[in-house]
Amino acid sequence: MKKYSSFVLAGGLFVLAWGLMSQTGKPAQGGLAAQIKRGKQVYLEQCLACHQVDGLGVQGMNPPLVKTKFVLGDKPTLVKIVLNGMQGVDVGGDDYHGVMAPHPDLTDEQIADVLTYVRNSFGNKATAVTAAQVKAIRATNTPPAQ
Amino acid sequence: MQHIINQSKEMFRRSLYCAAGLCLSGLITFGQAGGGKGAKHPAATVHAASQLKLPAGFKARTLVENFGRTRHLAVAPNGVIFVKLNRPKDGKGIYRLEDTNGDGKPDKITGFGNYGGTGIYISDGYLYASSDEEVFRYKLDNDYNVVNPDQPEKIVTGLLNRGEHESKSIVLDHNGNLYVNVGAYSNSCQFKDRQKGSPGQMPCPILDSAGGIWMFTANKENQTYGDGVHYATGLRNIVGLDWNTQTNSLFVMMHGRDQLHDLFPDIWDTKQSAELPAECMYELHQGSNCGWPYTFYDQMQHRLVLAPEYGGDGKKGPDKEYQEPIVAFPGHLAPDGLLFYTGSEFPAKYKNGAFVAFHGSWNRAPEPQAGYFVVFVPFKNGKPSGKWEVFADNFSGGAEKTASGRVDYRPCGLAQGPDGALYVTDDSKGTIWKISYHK
Ligand code: HEC
Repeated sequence: MKKYSSFVLAGGLFVLAWGLMSQTGKPAQGGLAAQIKRGKQVYLEQCLACHQVDGLGVQGMNPPLVKTKFVLGDKPTLVKIVLNGMQGVDVGGDDYHGVMAPHPDLTDEQIADVLTYVRNSFGNKATAVTAAQVKAIRATNTPPAQ
Repeated sequence: MQHIINQSKEMFRRSLYCAAGLCLSGLITFGQAGGGKGAKHPAATVHAASQLKLPAGFKARTLVENFGRTRHLAVAPNGVIFVKLNRPKDGKGIYRLEDTNGDGKPDKITGFGNYGGTGIYISDGYLYASSDEEVFRYKLDNDYNVVNPDQPEKIVTGLLNRGEHESKSIVLDHNGNLYVNVGAYSNSCQFKDRQKGSPGQMPCPILDSAGGIWMFTANKENQTYGDGVHYATGLRNIVGLDWNTQTNSLFVMMHGRDQLHDLFPDIWDTKQSAELPAECMYELHQGSNCGWPYTFYDQMQHRLVLAPEYGGDGKKGPDKEYQEPIVAFPGHLAPDGLLFYTGSEFPAKYKNGAFVAFHGSWNRAPEPQAGYFVVFVPFKNGKPSGKWEVFADNFSGGAEKTASGRVDYRPCGLAQGPDGALYVTDDSKGTIWKISYHK
């Protein structure tokens, strides 16, 4: 467990450094490092139970968040997964029987932060998500039927 | 402040827990799960047979490895094994394994049935097997060959499968009845499943067609809900179940609800949420109502409490009376197999007791995960007669793997062989062990 977290930490630092160098878009409030740090906090509270500390998920239940086409893919799809939840979709050729609940109560900043954290952790490398992008995507989003 | 209150409450609960006599087994199992200090596991050789830790005199032998998602299994009176795969392998969802040369390992392996699923059971010359929506049966000949593998009779059809808690476990009694679990496609019957702040539906509409056990006639084709008896309700999800021939009644293991802390952080901290609610064993009779989603069993307070989605605060009791469990295990261990041992090979204390295969937790994060073992509960005259104990351990491959949940094997199905040996499956890699006892 301990080994694990120092590994994640080292990985995180590396990714962070990489992220800082390659960041080209408008920097988030406090810079990418701060955004990832805030995003990690959101992850711990909102996502960890299912996707686990290492982002590897649970076999047959909850998918990994490591280099999937959703995590690294287009932002509207990704943001809408958080807003609307997800169920019954194969991820990386495997089926998962857990349920991803919708998280519409998270703020634009929280969603941007957590997705930026996910896209720059667990071995992932992808551009940051900004609160402005989340706001725009949310504006065009149709929430799932009750 | 809140934190301190929670802490002392937790300590109080823990002392209750110890007073109940569960302390010792708790320490043995979960002391290790903490990782860090404590006895280091000897260099973990990932070898399926030598890996398992068993009581003195017991030996495990690996029959197959990397076989797919092997769920439940059944062993015929001649030793032939039938195993159900969650996902078909090479287009086959059921495999028949036979040892023809007497070396103890299956050498003749044949597959049939193009569907995935969990349930499998042998009764009265028939093999019963379930997909996630239907139950089929296959006629067996005297050597337990399947007579017509491509044309089973469809006994039950149209059972609800909404992806969550989808497996249909099955067992038969000795009066020609088939019992099927239909799991609830929900955590706690909220209007919006697992969404913070969404209240519980009253009454819970899911219970009409799921969250319970249905009883069907074992030899009648094409039955669906209306043809069966809604035998028991208020059961969130059952995977492990068995017919107890001593009491002549159905016993089940329920998977308790998830996410008490995620959804109600003001009531439960992560430590309490890792232990609660109990994973429960019930003895069912027609009409049993075990209370899901309205209540859950708090094994530290030793009583049922009202579910928070229905106004519970962690202390208030349920709105009405529901059946209580006969054994309560720590939370989230995921009981996937149940077997009453009727053999004579094992020492006398095992006779008529229950083995439970715990698949292992995921809903304990960020606390260490736990489970990944087979436990034994002694029974006398049809009632638990002592504390449960870990019987087969170390499926995970060590304390660190247990804690992280990144384990080697996950126990699922249990069966008893004609010689009295215990068979255990693992559905993560596809392993089948045979556990025997030699004085
Ligand atoms: C209650 C459990 C649960 C929680 C909490 C949860 N998820 Fe999920 N998540 C799932 C499941 C189950 C799926 C896959 C559903 C499917 O296969 O259709 C999923 C799918 C995903 C996917 C797309 C598939 C993939 O693996 O790339 C992403 C991205 C994702 N979740 C991110 C998050 C984030 C970010 C959070 C926290 C804000 C979160 N999830 C919270 C259970 C959960």
